[in-house]
Amino acid sequence: MSTMSETHTKMARFETAGAIDCDVHPPTPRRADLLPYLDDYWQEIVTSREVDVLELMGYPERTRPYMRPDWTWSGDPLAQMQENLLDPLGLEGAILNVVSGAHALFDPYLAAAICRATNDWLADKWLSRDSRLRASMLVPFQNVEAAVEEIERRADDKRFVQVLTLAMTELPLGRRTYWPIYEAAEKYGLPIGIHAGSNFRHAPSHSGFHSFLIEDHVVQPQGFSTQVASLISEGVFVKYPKLKAVMIESGVTWMPALMWRMSKDWRGTRIEVPWVKDAPADIIRRHIRMTSQPFDGPDDVEDVAKTLDHLLSDDMLLFSSDYPHWHFEGLDVLPEGLPEAKVNKILRDNVLATYPRFGG
Amino acid sequence: MSTIENPTREKRPAARHVVARADEIVPGASRLVHVEGRDIAIFNVAGEFMAIANRCPHEGADLCKGKLVSLFESDEPGVVRLSRHGELVRCPWHGWEFDLRSGKSWCDPARTKVKSYDVAVEHGARLIEGTYRAEVFKISVDDDYLVLEL
Repeated sequence: MSTMSETHTKMARFETAGAIDCDVHPPTPRRADLLPYLDDYWQEIVTSREVDVLELMGYPERTRPYMRPDWTWSGDPLAQMQENLLDPLGLEGAILNVVSGAHALFDPYLAAAICRATNDWLADKWLSRDSRLRASMLVPFQNVEAAVEEIERRADDKRFVQVLTLAMTELPLGRRTYWPIYEAAEKYGLPIGIHAGSNFRHAPSHSGFHSFLIEDHVVQPQGFSTQVASLISEGVFVKYPKLKAVMIESGVTWMPALMWRMSKDWRGTRIEVPWVKDAPADIIRRHIRMTSQPFDGPDDVEDVAKTLDHLLSDDMLLFSSDYPHWHFEGLDVLPEGLPEAKVNKILRDNVLATYPRFGG
Repeated sequence: MSTIENPTREKRPAARHVVARADEIVPGASRLVHVEGRDIAIFNVAGEFMAIANRCPHEGADLCKGKLVSLFESDEPGVVRLSRHGELVRCPWHGWEFDLRSGKSWCDPARTKVKSYDVAVEHGARLIEGTYRAEVFKISVDDDYLVLEL
């Protein structure tokens, strides 16, 4: 018998039936999961090199505090996900994001093999077993040519709705090095999903390595800000005007501050980047989206709507649970204080507008 | 409510003020002049004179101290078109660009505007003496003077 906690009883504040969850995590596949999808060479390599647990330091998925006591944690992880999340919330869809060591591998060929195998595993073990599921595809940003090949390979499989990368990467994401990835992503209607986390090519903070977990959480919005500034300044959205980027697990409320600062300072520095023809805040409203969990809101829930009003857009927020992280109690998956009038857009309309492949 | 009779105030025709000798402001240079209590920055853009209010509408810096720049435009990252050579001034404090012809801020034309004034170069013989004290500068009828309308 489990202890009763608030998680058992808290009802959903808003009706979530028909919603689409933009950030759901399956367990990171291990070597045994990926072996069937690797060719002979890579099977031998991952075995002899002991490549097994592909867990990123920034995403320790077995850390206890993240695991909700009322959720099922044994047996088939898809069945758990159905029982804990998809069924009780009545979701119409959910996007699987694998945040894994594949993002951080140094060997560009191993990275390509692991990304490809992970995508095959997602298709086989998840997408084909529940028609509500969609996935972000992993592509090796360490090997741009192979990344484009992977996008081309999956292009016809509309269940892959996004290309996934991290908030802190080897180079700022706007750099031309990555443009072939964006060209392919735009061509096939795939947003670039930028998920919290680092591949640790650099210290996560601009002042080096921090000491504690709380600091790791604090540096994430700085990573996201850097990426948004880079994508805009380098002209990615000028070159690929249909491309969108989704900030996943970013915390949301850091965004107005970035919009203000960047729009203000752009006026005086515009001559360096004359291809940035509109105020960065306008570009952000057109091209940048954010998932709703976690949500860093003001203490007074009355102020949440005011905070969101600073975005000057109802199109930017996409519903997410960040399952299986413990961000909410019971079925109360949306942050408290969201204005009711915006909820339907967040739960569904904004998601469908962001992910054109969702309809098939 | 009755309309208050307003004694007809004649709209004063724009006065013409002598503000500088044309050859005192060389191409690319600027000068701050004071006309009827206003500070006005005059620029020589390749022989053409342009005048705008000196005070940057953002934080009040002296635009007469700003560098002249061309208009930079781009539709493609890394590929820049240059036009209107030297016809914009960049504020010396925060780098905002103002169009010397319209006074408009290039980044945010709807919100930020500096007043621009008409400047003409006329022969000394046709001058009406204004704020600029021509005598001090020993004007001769053969020289060209800058005249500012305000």
